[in-house]
Amino acid sequence: MSADGIRLRMAARRADFSLEVDLDLPGRGITALFGPSGAGKTTCLRALAGLERHAGAYVAVNGEVWQDEARGHFQPVHQRALGYVFQEASLFPHRSVRGNLDYGFRRAGRPASVDREAIVALLGIGGLLGRYPETLSGGERQRVAIARALLTAPKLLLLDEPLAALDASRKAEILPYLERLHARLEIPAIYVSHTTEEVLRLADHLVLIDAGQVQAQGPLARLLERPDLPGQLGRDPCVVFGAQVLGHDEGDHLSELRFGDDGRLWVTRSSATAGDVLRLRIQARDLSLVRQRPAQSSILNLLQGRVAGCAPFQPGQCLVGLDVHGLRLLAQITDRSWRQLGLEVGMPVWVQVKAVAVLD
Amino acid sequence: MLPADDLAALWLTLKLAATVTLLLLLIGTPLAWWLARSRSWWKRPAQAVVALPLILPPTVLGFYLLIAFGPQGPLGKVTEAIGIGLLPFTYEGLIVASMIYSLPFVVQPLCNAFESLGERPLEVAATLRAGPLDRFLTVVVPLARPGFLTGAVLGFAHTVGEFGVVLMIGGNIPGETRLVSMRIYDHVEAFDYAAAHGLAGVLLIFSFLVLLVLYVFNPRLRTFG
Repeated sequence: MSADGIRLRMAARRADFSLEVDLDLPGRGITALFGPSGAGKTTCLRALAGLERHAGAYVAVNGEVWQDEARGHFQPVHQRALGYVFQEASLFPHRSVRGNLDYGFRRAGRPASVDREAIVALLGIGGLLGRYPETLSGGERQRVAIARALLTAPKLLLLDEPLAALDASRKAEILPYLERLHARLEIPAIYVSHTTEEVLRLADHLVLIDAGQVQAQGPLARLLERPDLPGQLGRDPCVVFGAQVLGHDEGDHLSELRFGDDGRLWVTRSSATAGDVLRLRIQARDLSLVRQRPAQSSILNLLQGRVAGCAPFQPGQCLVGLDVHGLRLLAQITDRSWRQLGLEVGMPVWVQVKAVAVLD
Repeated sequence: MLPADDLAALWLTLKLAATVTLLLLLIGTPLAWWLARSRSWWKRPAQAVVALPLILPPTVLGFYLLIAFGPQGPLGKVTEAIGIGLLPFTYEGLIVASMIYSLPFVVQPLCNAFESLGERPLEVAATLRAGPLDRFLTVVVPLARPGFLTGAVLGFAHTVGEFGVVLMIGGNIPGETRLVSMRIYDHVEAFDYAAAHGLAGVLLIFSFLVLLVLYVFNPRLRTFG
C-alpha cells in the first residue's frame, strides 16, 4: 500500500452488471472517473464513501485505511473524512443555506483549518446565506452543496456528476467556480462525469471506465488522445470565466480586460467602469492555434498557451484543451490541423481568439 | 354548562386520547421506520396485522381483547403473573385497547412519510458526519413532520371517537372507564336528548377546532388519502 494516494479495490456483481476495479489514484489534484452512463462510475464513488458496502472491498486514502473487508474493517460513512456532492440537489429543504453549511461544519468539530469566509467567497454564495434551498437556482444549490462539503475539512472530495442535472447555461455558470476550486484545492478530488468538456476543463488525471472495467488510467492528456473514447460532448463547447476591466481605448472603441493569471483581452468598448468584473464566454470554434507567433494578424487577441489535452469531437474535428494564463480554454480544430501543426500535449502554442462574448 | 358527570367523562376521554397518542408516537415511530425500510419477509404480515383494526369491526376487536386479557386468556395470565392484575374494565385496559385500535392511524401516515423521504437525505447527512441517531433526529423527524402531525391527529381523533372497543372492554365505570361516547349513549338510551346534545356538540366543536388549527398551520397537510 502506498502511503500517498487513493486506493480502491472492489468487485460488485448484480443481475445485469458486474464491476471489478483496482484503482490507485494520485493523492493530489482532480481525478475524473469518465465513461458512459451505467459504466459503474457512481458505484465506485459510493464504495469509496462507504455508502455501499461490497464484500472484499479495500479503501485507503493517503495512508488512512477506511475499509479492509479482509480484516473485517469498515469505517461507516459518517466516520470517513470526506465531502460528497451528489448529482441532484441534496440540500436539506428545512434548513437555510447557512443552516446547511453549519450542519457538516459543526459535526466535523468546527475544524480550525477551514477558512469559512474564504470558501463562501470562493463559491460566491455570500449573498445566499439567509435563503432556503427552494428559492435557489440549480447552479446555486450545487455551489452551496460544494461549500457544505468543503466546510467539513474533508481529506477527499467526491463529486458525482454535479452538473448533470443542470441545463447548459447553469453549467456554464458553475464551471468557473469549479475551476477556481481546482486551482485552490489542496485535497484530492474525484469527479465522476460522462461529459468530455467537463473533464477537459477540470481534470488532471483520468480513469476511463466502461462496462464495469477500467479501460485505462493516467494523466488527462494522454488518455484523451485515444480516438475510441466513449464520451458525450455538448453541442457548442465553450468556456465562461470572469475578467476585470482595466481601462478603455476611447479612440478605437475597445476595452482592455485582465483574466486568470494576468492574461489580457481586448473586447468591444464596454459600458463597465475600470475595476468591474465581467463574465466572458469564448466558444471553442472561435479559437485557432498557431505554432509561431504570427507577425501580422487582424486578430487582436493573441494569447500564449500550452496544449493540455485533446479529445475527438465531431468527425474530422477535435477539441483541444489549452492552459492559458492559469485558465483552461477549449479550441475546436480539424484533425488535419492537429496533424499538420504537429501538435502534442505539453507543446507551447499561440492561441488566436476570434470572438469574445460579454455576458453581463 | 355541562353536568359534573359529563365533564368527568369529557376529561377522562381527553386524558385517554392524549396518553394513547403520546404512547403510539413513541411505539409507532420505530415500528413505522422498520415497516418503511425493512426488506424482511416479516414486513408484509406485520403490515397486515397493524392494518387489521382499519377493517375489523371494533366490537370484534374488543371481544377478542376481552377474551385475551380476561382471567382465562393468555395475556390476562401474563398481566396477573407480573402483578398488574386484570386489565378489562380498568383505565389501563382502555389505554392498551385504544392503542391497538388506533395503531394503524398513527403508523400508516408515519410509514408513508418515511417512505417518501427516500434514502438520499440520510446519505447526505452521513457524508456530513452525522451518526445514525443524529440523522434520525435532525433529518428524518423534521422532514417527516407532516406525517407526525397527521398520525397524531388521526390517533387522537380515533381514540376520542371509539365506542365499540370501549363497550366491550371498558364498561361504564365513572371516572375510570366512562368516556364521552358511552355517556352520550347513556343519555340517548334514557331519552335525555338535551344532555346528549350538550356532549355531542362539545365533541363536534372540539374536533372541528383541532382540524382547523392543523390545516391553518399546515396548509399542505393531507389528512386523508
